[in-house]
Amino acid sequence: MTWTSLNAGAATPEIFLLIAVCAVLLIDLFVSDAKRHVTYLLTLGALAVTACLLVNGLAQPPQLAFSGMFVQDPLAGVAKLAMVLGAALVFIYGRAYAEARGLFRGELFTLSLFSLLGMMVMASAMNFVTLYVGLELQSLAMYALIALNRDNVQSSEASMKYFVLGALASGLLLYGMSMVYGASQSLDVLTIAHNITAGGANRVLSVFGLVFIVVGIGFKLGAVPFHMWMPDVYQGAPTPVAQLIGTSSKVAAFVFILRILAESLQGFAPDWSQMLMLMAVLSLALGNITAIAQSNIKRMFAFSAIAHMGFVLLGIMVGNPYGYGAAFFYSITYLLTSAAGFGLIMLMSRAGFEADRIDDFKGLNQRSPWFAFMMLIVMFSMAGVPVFVGFFAKLAILKAVVSMGLTWLAVYGVLMSLIGGFYYLRVVKVMYFDEAEDTHPIVAGIDARAILSVNCLLLLVLGLMPDRLMYLVTAAITHSIVQM
Amino acid sequence: MDMKTIYLLIPLAPLFGALVAGLFGWAISRRVAHTVTIAGVAVACGLSLYTLNYLLHGGASYNEPVYNWLTINGVDFNVGFLVDKLTAMMMCVVTFVSLMVHIYTIGYMAEDPGYNRFFSYISLFTFSMLMLVMSNNFVQLFFGWEAVGLVSYLLIGFWFKRPTATFANLKAFLVNRVGDFGFLLGIGLVLGHFGSLDYAAVFAKAPELKDATITIFAGHPWSLLSLTCILLFVGAMGKSAQFPLHVWLPDSMEGPTPISALIHAATMVTAGIFMVTRMSPLFELSDTALNFILVIGSITALFMGFLGIIQDDIKRVVAYSTLSQLGYMTVALGVSAYSVAVFHLMTHAFFKALLFLGAGSVIMGMHHDQNIRNMGGLRKYMPITWITSLIGSLALIGTPFFSGFYSKDSIIDAVSTSHLPGAHFAYFAVVAGVFVTAFYSFRMYFLVFHGQSRWMEAKPHHAHADAHHAPAAHGAHAGDDHAAHGDDHEEHHGLGPNDKPHESPWVVTLPLILLAIPSALIGFFAIQPMLFGDFFKGVIFVNNEAHPAMEELAHEFGGAAEMGLHAFAGLPVWLALAGVVLSYVFYILKPELPKAVGKFFSSIGVTKLLENKYYMDFLYINVFAAAGRALGTVLWKVGDALLIDGLVVNGAARLVQFFSFVVRRVQTGYIYHYAFAMILGALVMITLWIGIPLYGAMH
Repeated sequence: MTWTSLNAGAATPEIFLLIAVCAVLLIDLFVSDAKRHVTYLLTLGALAVTACLLVNGLAQPPQLAFSGMFVQDPLAGVAKLAMVLGAALVFIYGRAYAEARGLFRGELFTLSLFSLLGMMVMASAMNFVTLYVGLELQSLAMYALIALNRDNVQSSEASMKYFVLGALASGLLLYGMSMVYGASQSLDVLTIAHNITAGGANRVLSVFGLVFIVVGIGFKLGAVPFHMWMPDVYQGAPTPVAQLIGTSSKVAAFVFILRILAESLQGFAPDWSQMLMLMAVLSLALGNITAIAQSNIKRMFAFSAIAHMGFVLLGIMVGNPYGYGAAFFYSITYLLTSAAGFGLIMLMSRAGFEADRIDDFKGLNQRSPWFAFMMLIVMFSMAGVPVFVGFFAKLAILKAVVSMGLTWLAVYGVLMSLIGGFYYLRVVKVMYFDEAEDTHPIVAGIDARAILSVNCLLLLVLGLMPDRLMYLVTAAITHSIVQM
Repeated sequence: MDMKTIYLLIPLAPLFGALVAGLFGWAISRRVAHTVTIAGVAVACGLSLYTLNYLLHGGASYNEPVYNWLTINGVDFNVGFLVDKLTAMMMCVVTFVSLMVHIYTIGYMAEDPGYNRFFSYISLFTFSMLMLVMSNNFVQLFFGWEAVGLVSYLLIGFWFKRPTATFANLKAFLVNRVGDFGFLLGIGLVLGHFGSLDYAAVFAKAPELKDATITIFAGHPWSLLSLTCILLFVGAMGKSAQFPLHVWLPDSMEGPTPISALIHAATMVTAGIFMVTRMSPLFELSDTALNFILVIGSITALFMGFLGIIQDDIKRVVAYSTLSQLGYMTVALGVSAYSVAVFHLMTHAFFKALLFLGAGSVIMGMHHDQNIRNMGGLRKYMPITWITSLIGSLALIGTPFFSGFYSKDSIIDAVSTSHLPGAHFAYFAVVAGVFVTAFYSFRMYFLVFHGQSRWMEAKPHHAHADAHHAPAAHGAHAGDDHAAHGDDHEEHHGLGPNDKPHESPWVVTLPLILLAIPSALIGFFAIQPMLFGDFFKGVIFVNNEAHPAMEELAHEFGGAAEMGLHAFAGLPVWLALAGVVLSYVFYILKPELPKAVGKFFSSIGVTKLLENKYYMDFLYINVFAAAGRALGTVLWKVGDALLIDGLVVNGAARLVQFFSFVVRRVQTGYIYHYAFAMILGALVMITLWIGIPLYGAMH
């Protein structure tokens, strides 16, 4: 192995982040609880530098590193930028929440950063081994994060469930990967793709492996019927951790799917397309319908996330750059929307009060018209009301689906969104038309308030001008997916 | 300035005024509101006169789109202007009367709380009416048509706290819906068969489609052009209040008097006449449609006049005379004397606006008592109003040398030369109408300005009438009191025991004087160029072979002065005189006589028929409106409440809710259930993608 084939420069952001995490871990040991904000600022600084490095990398042509185990291309670049942004929002929105619950410790930062590092590796992996290592790094850090509030029974229970089911899913995924390895004699994404098209892969064996891989993917994404962990984890985990799962982790899962299915197993596109369609149809129905019955807003978010992932799957299922682009756009805008939603929940909460029931939002308009309006934007965007970005995200997916000739599926998606409209609008109704039960003033730092407002308004701005972002993600897809 | 800029400025100046007074009415003073709106209309009026002058001195007509709104299947929907002499004349009439009414309003609405709103509405009306007359296509025509209808609706219900006013504006709106439905169908036929909405293109194609037919009921092909023209005319019937769609106009008197003058006498109600004139190249090709128009017009001209005889409300008398005069114009259209119709439209606009504003002045003088039986002898107290009203009445009844004479006599002459099947009836109607017009006009005139002063013995007034002292306060009652007390103004208003009528302020009398001048003179000067010169050359099309009325009229015409003198040899003038004399006998010489005559008519049931306005309102309210409501109730209860709301909407919601709670149960919280679901999912997928294909391959 020479330096040239190593090409470690392509992984600069990951290498920097690794060093930064270690530094934060060490420095945190010498910081007293009273000065914990030093860790907080260091973490944000590390994220900022990582983001700069990523932007810098975007300008360079796609290149392989570590003997083809790792790739730096626009898809990975854009996705990693979104993940870093998602992680930064987790820290900013979650600071007051974590402080009030004694979670504002070095573990929160280092574990989150390790999890982020895992996601970034997943996004850039060009080999099943790298993919799996990234996935496990991300997951293991996440198991611990969920249980961060270890005295809380719900937290521990959620962590346990996630761990056991995650292990099961990992096992199934790994089993599937081994089958594909057996069929195509390679673990390298590009070589597998090449071998499959050259006819050198046993079809039954490959599809057998594919099924298990799709199960693993479905679990990561939270698609029905592998979604069961989502509501319990969303509800049990500390809200910032739930936010990390609901935002950056979903984008990582999206890229993970593209790497495995769209790049390496492109030859079996008709098969996995059908599998994804099945999961999408089930997710859309179950997510939306079950969300109606929820009284806990975090659980509602979990089921709504299941439905949203149904949409992402619809986009991927289309199987062409157009559909991938739409799904990518959906993932990124969902990251922004979902982050704002969690941010608002944490804004409302305080010591000993979670603000995670829908009833806690009653009469928000009387208490804070501005944040009621922000929540309205988030809900409208999630429901897909026009001019908000969620509408254009759904529209792009539906257009891709229709262009495939699957009009019935698009109609089905719209109908399910219609059902989804109910529980989003119920939150709006509760905020504007019900009497407030809770009259405590909202306590949150000016930074969280400001960034949260920007985040929400961005949903409106992007809805008014979606073309820039749409262009960016489409270009990222078309310049990255290996065309064969 | 090029002409396009001028043409753009003419409608936009009043629109600007309307927007300022309407959107910022809460922030600006009354003075600013009326200054801005009057300035806007004055600009429009000045530029309209300039345009007319420009065209009279050989300027070219203008027919261009100015803005492309949208294009559907190659059909353009444009905003465009067609400015020829017909348009220019209409623009002058509209803006001049509007300007007069704007000035008059300063006095009439002086302390009404809705002062700025009122100015905004009348300026908006001016804009809409200008868009209507200046249009060069059917889309903009329809826009203007609906916009004037909207403003009319808003203004009839201006005192929206009075139940009668809201009833009247709803009625006007609904009746106009019927007309507009026909109008829209007509436009639809034009679009469908001519493939264009542009006047010029449609008129050019009309001769080709002369013999085209359209089959709506199998086996009965109808002439396309006749059907189109009749449908378009149905729109005109609504807007110009022709029988049987006339019922809204008398009720529209619930609005403030200035708008009765502007909208419901001088301009908007003549939109139908204008429209048919503008469409003369189409109507000329269909004798069926012309005959239909002729008969409708005749019925309106005569029978609406009868109703004017029994009215005691000063505004309603004038309103019925408006209906009757609109009937005259329609008759003129029916005999292809379009230029005569438009000529009468113009003279009528001046003298009828004058009469309405005069009536308004009287109402102000009488402290908002509108009953002519409580008036009398007002000429001593309101000299300017008296003289100008006399001029208006003389013009209306067709006194030789007054403007109304020239237009009305020309209509009668034109009808006498027509050969359409309905012409005989029409001739009888318009000639008999002259007597009726003269009778009710001077009945009102004598009752108001001459004879005994009856306000002394009028029934005792409500205590608060004493509060009406300062002249400036009168306008306020129109809004305040009506708003507060509903429709009982008859009881609440009028002169107190010690009050006397008084002349109105100059802002009211000035418009009266300025309108009296054209009412008296314009006919004499305009008849030659408008009817027999080439004023309308290339604008109005008459098929002289089939409809020779205008040609014969021109043959007989020997100058305005000669026509005036010659009139005494004809029947109409003597009939008019007979009407005046009869009313003089009835209401001045022998006031007890009308009662005796009334008794006779009551005994044969005529009075009851007239009092119930031929039972048209009864028919509409109890048959059409009731049936409509009954149908609506059924559809609401069965269709909406039961089927749509009950079964579809709430049913779907309940279904989803049911599933939601079922699925929620699956989320047990037990980890082995979760794992089981995952394994089951994997199993199903393996079965579907591996098991079944393999099984299929083996067999």
